[in-house]
Amino acid sequence: MAWSFRSRPVLVVLLLQLCFLLISPSLAISPESPEGYTIHGRVKIPSLGVKGFGLHGKISNIKVILNGGQSVTYLRPDGFFSFHNVPAGTHLIEVSAIGYFFSPVRVDVSARNPGKVQAALTENRRGLLEFVLEPLREEQYYEIREPFSIMSVVKSPMGLMVGFMVIVVFVMPKLVENMDPEEMRRTQEAMGNGGLASMLPGAAARN
Amino acid sequence: MATTSMAVRAFLLLLLVFLSLANLTLSLYEDQVGLVDWHQQYIGKVKDAVFHTQKSGRKRVVVSTEENVIASLDLRHGEIFWRHVLGSNDVVDGIDIALGKYVITLSSEGSILRAWNLPDGQMVWQSFIDGSGASKSLLTVPTNLIVNKENLILVFGKGSLHAVSGIDGEVLWTKDFAAESLEVKHIIQPVGSEAIYVLGFVGSSQFDAYQINPKNGEILKHNSAALSGGYSGEAILASSDILVTLDASRSKLVGISFQDGELNLQQTSISNILGDSSGTPVLLSSKLPGMFSVKLDGGVTLIKVTVEAKLEVMDKISSVVAISDAIPLTEGQQAFALVQHGDGKIHLTVKLSHDLSGDLLKESIVMDNQRGMVHKVFINSYIRTDRSNGFRALIVMEDHSLLLLQQGAIVWSREDGLASIVDVLTSELPVEKEGVSVAKVEENLFEWLKGHLLKLKGTLMLASADDVAAIQERRLKSSEKSKLTRDHNGFRKLLIVLTKAGKLFALHTGYGQVVWSLLLPNLRKSECEFPTGLNIYQWQVPHHHAMDEDPSILIVGRCGQSSDAPGVLSIVDAYTGTEINSMDLVHSISQVIPLPFTDTTEQRLHLLIDGNQHAYLYPRTSEAIDIFQREFSNIYWYSVETKNGIIKGHVLKSNCIQEVVDNYCFESRDIWSIVFPSDSEKIIATVTRKPNEVVHTQAKVIAAEEDLMYKYISKNLLFVATVAPKGSGAIGTATPEESWLTVYLIDTVTGRILHRMTHHGAQGPVHAVFSENWVVYHYFNLRAHRYEMSVIEIYDQSRADNKDVWKLILGKHNLTSPISSYSRPEVVTKSQSYFFTYSVKAIDVTLTAKGITSKQLLVGTIGDQVLALDKRFLDPRRSVNPTPAEKEEGIIPLTDSLPIIPQSYVTHALRVEGLRGIVTVPAKLESTTLVFVYGVDLFFTQLAPSRTYDSLTDDFSYALLLITIVALIAAIFVTWILSEKKELREKWR
Repeated sequence: MAWSFRSRPVLVVLLLQLCFLLISPSLAISPESPEGYTIHGRVKIPSLGVKGFGLHGKISNIKVILNGGQSVTYLRPDGFFSFHNVPAGTHLIEVSAIGYFFSPVRVDVSARNPGKVQAALTENRRGLLEFVLEPLREEQYYEIREPFSIMSVVKSPMGLMVGFMVIVVFVMPKLVENMDPEEMRRTQEAMGNGGLASMLPGAAARN
Repeated sequence: MATTSMAVRAFLLLLLVFLSLANLTLSLYEDQVGLVDWHQQYIGKVKDAVFHTQKSGRKRVVVSTEENVIASLDLRHGEIFWRHVLGSNDVVDGIDIALGKYVITLSSEGSILRAWNLPDGQMVWQSFIDGSGASKSLLTVPTNLIVNKENLILVFGKGSLHAVSGIDGEVLWTKDFAAESLEVKHIIQPVGSEAIYVLGFVGSSQFDAYQINPKNGEILKHNSAALSGGYSGEAILASSDILVTLDASRSKLVGISFQDGELNLQQTSISNILGDSSGTPVLLSSKLPGMFSVKLDGGVTLIKVTVEAKLEVMDKISSVVAISDAIPLTEGQQAFALVQHGDGKIHLTVKLSHDLSGDLLKESIVMDNQRGMVHKVFINSYIRTDRSNGFRALIVMEDHSLLLLQQGAIVWSREDGLASIVDVLTSELPVEKEGVSVAKVEENLFEWLKGHLLKLKGTLMLASADDVAAIQERRLKSSEKSKLTRDHNGFRKLLIVLTKAGKLFALHTGYGQVVWSLLLPNLRKSECEFPTGLNIYQWQVPHHHAMDEDPSILIVGRCGQSSDAPGVLSIVDAYTGTEINSMDLVHSISQVIPLPFTDTTEQRLHLLIDGNQHAYLYPRTSEAIDIFQREFSNIYWYSVETKNGIIKGHVLKSNCIQEVVDNYCFESRDIWSIVFPSDSEKIIATVTRKPNEVVHTQAKVIAAEEDLMYKYISKNLLFVATVAPKGSGAIGTATPEESWLTVYLIDTVTGRILHRMTHHGAQGPVHAVFSENWVVYHYFNLRAHRYEMSVIEIYDQSRADNKDVWKLILGKHNLTSPISSYSRPEVVTKSQSYFFTYSVKAIDVTLTAKGITSKQLLVGTIGDQVLALDKRFLDPRRSVNPTPAEKEEGIIPLTDSLPIIPQSYVTHALRVEGLRGIVTVPAKLESTTLVFVYGVDLFFTQLAPSRTYDSLTDDFSYALLLITIVALIAAIFVTWILSEKKELREKWR
């Protein structure tokens, strides 16, 4: 961050000015007012088109919440928001938007160096150079219904029952037919002779 | 009997374990929305309304409410076009429409000015009003004040006047009045005048008028005049150059004419113009051209103001309850409306302001008397087809409902009292009567079959678009859901809610429709100022002896705002909504304790504690006192004094020693007290277990170690959270070093502290829930700057020895020893903490009928959604690498934060705006729990935390089952015939 180079004040000022020039509308600045500072920021949702905010209805319901409900504000059509009269200290900003997951943001408003605000996402501890909040991911609240497939019917208990029946009815007789007639006769004999026990290899060997 | 139930339980448990391993989230398909859930949107009691009907297109009214909502409503049906619920301390002071396309709102004591796009509610700009002083705030949107091609909005707030551009919200100039300590009453810009007039009072004896240049805010002229008789605080602008006020003694009307910078005071005695009266006159704030209204002894007098500030009585109208502001009609005429009550009807009269003799409109409308009196009226005019003026009136009733009247009828009504629910209770519905006709059953059978055929078509993708619509409609509108009788699964219940207006509503859980409503009569009495409803309790739940009686509920209220105001009780039939009994108490109510005893008519005994620690028993019957005397020494309760940081335990001592003998009054005695050091701890949250919670098993099997733990289950446990005084403010006010959070588990019978733990660098607010043997609480971790949730589980060690089989056989166990709060418990606690992403507004836990089903936490987040979080995520036994045995048991590997799974939002894609509370009620079916979430909106749904293992889901296809059976039977016949044939062939060979 630019303001960490304390030893070279000229450079710091230059860098700061550069920063302000480049990103001044989106950087959180905090001048004026005896009681506190103003935090400016921007919420940007990339998936809402390149312009960002074509869909009015979607962003009109986005709320930005300071310190768990201490104050609540809304977005302007270009996505900017601001909090007024925020005292120096470490604050928490949350964005509530249906369909998107935003990480809360830790915002340090420093009393010693007015004009400096540091922000970091609390979820992944990523620092923000610009105060632009973007959703970490989209949220899908519903399960996606899988399209109908024949497999799902087959896999259901009823399908399994029918399948088993089909196998027993049609495949088993075929298996029986394909058996060697000799073998068949022997098996039948064996079953007639001594039941199951005689079918065991041991019993067969004794024969 | 017992063995079978045991077997069933064992089976259910097995099933549960099997099912719970399968999935941790419960989820919903999009087409299942509205099947078991409903969502209702409200706005609250309307404070101010602005109509927007000039242009062709949608006619709408923009309102601001006491719930800090601004909303645009459809005038035709009363639906919400758009709505914004502002923050809880962002009270709306003024609302207006500017430029014909922006809604302007002034809020937060005149410090935030916002413009919203009228069609869609998008915020267009936001301005902050700075100023040095604190003052009343005023918003004025002049229609024709254009300076440098900019439409000006005048705002008075924070002791100064601001001119704001209507297009972008830029503050053009500011004039500070804080130094003069001027209390500004009105800001006007008279038609044809160049200047803005700022009128106000300094102290109680001086009136000031400023003329201000609208271009730059310079003072053109300043006049002041002394008020000899003082000033009462009420001032009304009677015309564009005369202000009328009452003097301090409220006996004289003072007309102040301020035109051309000359102040001219004219005093008139009230008795002179209104006659002698004992009442106190009140100036009504309705804006009427050339006149004003005074309310005296229930009647309203309209007084005309002449150019010389002389007063003339125009009309005296009795029993007027509300007067609207005047609205302009064509040809410079103005009209206003007044509302009167009489014999179950309300009478709406619209009059021309310059001619009070005739009525433009006179309508009588039959009004449900459960709506109470009219509180406010707003009117709007339209041109009828015959070119005459028609009027529509928007009225706000005593129960906070909003109605639109037009052509002598109620066009629409909104039950906006439901936006401010104070307490919730559930009641069972009546048992279904026998005698269902056969014809109905047959029709039902046919319909049933048809329904399932449709469903099958849907599954097999054969359904046409019409069929799909029919299926969806069938699912949503099943008549079963809204029946007014008890169902087998216990899904149908009545939700009885008490609102801030003192009205009771019974909502059906099917679609949330109102079954009955009652404006509580004893909270409306004239001798009761500021009545407040507090809580509702089950008074009588008949199930054994008094089966044929209706259940009833007890409503506890208070006559006044302070806690020592006398209480009022009301007992209401839960089926019909009629008041059975009501009582005005002589004592105050600080605590209500439902006792676990009922009399022969199943009336529950209640103990009411007043501010002097006297206990009063209700119902006041000799039977109740007999039951009570038997349990006299077993009754303990505690009280929390948040202000002093003291928790005290109490027992009953003796009957009250008073002049009047009262057998139902008892003295109490403190038996213990815990004093928290005020310099390091401040109580911010206390939570106990729910009295109706059922715990299925006391033991917890720890399979991994082949061990058994006994849960420490006591109804008398209290969870207390205290925070360092510096950390009791909002986030950002304390550093991690100076704030800490301490949590306690306290036995409320003995006052023994069972567990104490400190979280350093943590801060409130604390939201907690207590269930079985665990507490989950949510707080803010200042070091990590994230929210955290912690769990504490408490186990009983004294019974841990009972695991030894030999001891059991030899009878050396202590299982049969009585459990008493006085026996010194050997407890062991386990605890673990996790990060949680969001701020929390409310937290609760699912309740089921038998407590077998696994639990889910319901977390109401700051985004007004409700997240279901499986309790297994908050298990102190979670570790980074669980052993295979632990995994088998269902222990989830430890992560530092709790997962937010979008599919586990109970409210799916909806928001319960202004969320304040979550209530869970068990259904009769063990797997299911009913969840009711309230705030400005209401939301209801059914949850099955371990899936519906004891019933078929709605998706179950009976038709497929039927087809399978038919197919199987057919297959049996076919194979039988085949084998017959084959056998025959064999025999021929």
